[in-house]
Amino acid sequence: MASDATIAHAAPVIAPRATPPTTLQKMARRRSTIAFLLTLPLLAVIGGLVAWPAAYAIYLSTLNRRMTAFIGLENYAILLENDTFRMVIWQSCFFAITAVILKALIGFWLAHMLHHIPSKGQRVWRGMLLVPWVIPPALSTLGWWWMFEPSYSSINWLLAIFSVPPVPWLGEMWWARISVIIVNVWYGAPFFMIMYLAALKSVPDQLYEAADIDGATGWQRLRYVTLPMMRNIISITVLFSLIVTFANYDIVRVLTNGGPRDLTHVFASYAFQVGVLSGNIPRGAAVSLFMFPLLAVIAFFVLRGINERTKEIGA
Amino acid sequence: MAQVTLRRLVKEYEGGVQAVKGIDLEIADHEFVVLVGPSGCGKSTTLRMIAGLEDITGGEISIGGTVVNDIPPRDRDIAMVFQNYALYPHMTVFDNMAFGLTLRKFRKDEIQRRVMEAARILDITQLLDRKPKALSGGQRQRVAMGRAIVRDPKVFLFDEPLSNLDAKLRVQMRTEIKKVHQTVRTTTVYVTHDQVEAMTLADRVVVMNGGIIEQVGPPQELYHRPATRFVAGFIGSPAMNFIPARIEPASGALNLRLPGDILLPIPAERSDRYRAQGGREVLFGIRPEHLTETRQGRATYADLEVVPEVIEPMGMETLVHFHMDGTRDLCARLDPTIPAAPGQPLRLTADLANMHLLDPQSGRVL
Repeated sequence: MASDATIAHAAPVIAPRATPPTTLQKMARRRSTIAFLLTLPLLAVIGGLVAWPAAYAIYLSTLNRRMTAFIGLENYAILLENDTFRMVIWQSCFFAITAVILKALIGFWLAHMLHHIPSKGQRVWRGMLLVPWVIPPALSTLGWWWMFEPSYSSINWLLAIFSVPPVPWLGEMWWARISVIIVNVWYGAPFFMIMYLAALKSVPDQLYEAADIDGATGWQRLRYVTLPMMRNIISITVLFSLIVTFANYDIVRVLTNGGPRDLTHVFASYAFQVGVLSGNIPRGAAVSLFMFPLLAVIAFFVLRGINERTKEIGA
Repeated sequence: MAQVTLRRLVKEYEGGVQAVKGIDLEIADHEFVVLVGPSGCGKSTTLRMIAGLEDITGGEISIGGTVVNDIPPRDRDIAMVFQNYALYPHMTVFDNMAFGLTLRKFRKDEIQRRVMEAARILDITQLLDRKPKALSGGQRQRVAMGRAIVRDPKVFLFDEPLSNLDAKLRVQMRTEIKKVHQTVRTTTVYVTHDQVEAMTLADRVVVMNGGIIEQVGPPQELYHRPATRFVAGFIGSPAMNFIPARIEPASGALNLRLPGDILLPIPAERSDRYRAQGGREVLFGIRPEHLTETRQGRATYADLEVVPEVIEPMGMETLVHFHMDGTRDLCARLDPTIPAAPGQPLRLTADLANMHLLDPQSGRVL
């Protein structure tokens, strides 16, 4: 048997000669080519809906008011000399940073509370707490406007029960700024909550058990186990929320329309006012692009940090 | 250092399921005790109750003479090594080991001294700056042990620490654990489902089954004098053979009648013990190593002929699998030079000095 097999193997085998593939066929078979073709639809969408409008906005911001001449960075220089715009920068930063910090803290607190209630009740609470995030913001902001509005303010009515004098929620600068932040936090905190809840659930129970045995108190468990394990998700949600909050438009537009006296404008609402309502599209584009370099730099460092941590701890 | 005492310890989950059904156990100072048993036998639950990670439904646990039922884990002065290591992934090896000491506000130079000493014992000094992700399974297990050692606790608890390692590394780490215990002499409670680990590591083995303790004793005692069918079957690999049999009196002596009309004479020195059981149906238990190739010249040896079904050459020995009427797989352990082939009748010798007779109903060894 064995010798037969040897003989059979030793016999020359003449295979039919295959036609060599053409360069085009070779290219089409390459994995990189297939990968490129498969991602082409996504690249087209990103190109058409992100890259092109962004590039066009940059181009617009370098034109004069009539969009007939290239004026370089003059729109930005004019804006920086404008008191109202300097106030918009300050207000946007104050609004975005305060709102994001509050959303992160409240979201984390809610997530922590939800994480520690039994799973059956958790589903109901999770659903209810997500409601603000599901309602279209323009609509829910209208509801808030009613609650803040001096003539019908239900909040003031509640305060009156406790003998607190009525608050000019939308009529006075600081109250208006606070109102805008309250609505943004109310709308955005559920997003943080759901992200942090997912992150909390992904922390292995055994790390907490190990920490318990190592002698950690509740606070130390949070400080040395929970927060470090959630650092990536905290970074990404804060970054994402910072970008979205800086670009927030609808809440300011519906609630205060930038008032009183343009004191609650943020970049997006001011860009709309300058670009669309005042008809200066290039300057409006310059307003909307103003924070882009700073946010891009922040995003770069945050994402690099996340990448490094992922490599280091595999989380 | 301390002794650990469990008194009528009960763990009942919601719905009335009892994982631990009132066990009693005394673990002496410096002792290495292994809880062993199949999945769901309550061994891990018992360990977690000692650690304080599970509430106790009933009974009492004391460590070093202090009842710890209501004391949180951090105040029990215990250290635990988990099955999947539970190392903090964001901390370096040094920080992982130092964490418990930092929380207890030890001085920095003392932390440094203890971590370096533990790292030296475990040979992980060169890994102290790495994060757990950059370590192999065996290295992670050493770090987990190091984290326990630096604390110099009253009791070490090990929860199946070698289960995630490959077979070769498991043997190596087993030796390491034994060496560490011989060095630090801390009272140790070790949980495993692997009876080889239990036998090789323990001063005493606690065999658990269905939430109760079946038997407690030194490994050799459990092996040679099991108290129940469960222990007899669980300890030893391959497992003990059980064959239905009947004790038959025969002119002053006793015989065992096995299926297939095989008659084995019960050795004279054991006859008195079983005399009252004459005519009784029993289970004849014999380990594969006591069922071997034919040997002549000893009074306690009895021959029987079997037909092998499967032959497993292991190198240093050959395992022969066969069956008798009314039995499942039976196993004999032969010298590898003995020719054996499936289907060809083989003459075996049973060393009846090492046989066990069990009550088929209660499972108790007679």
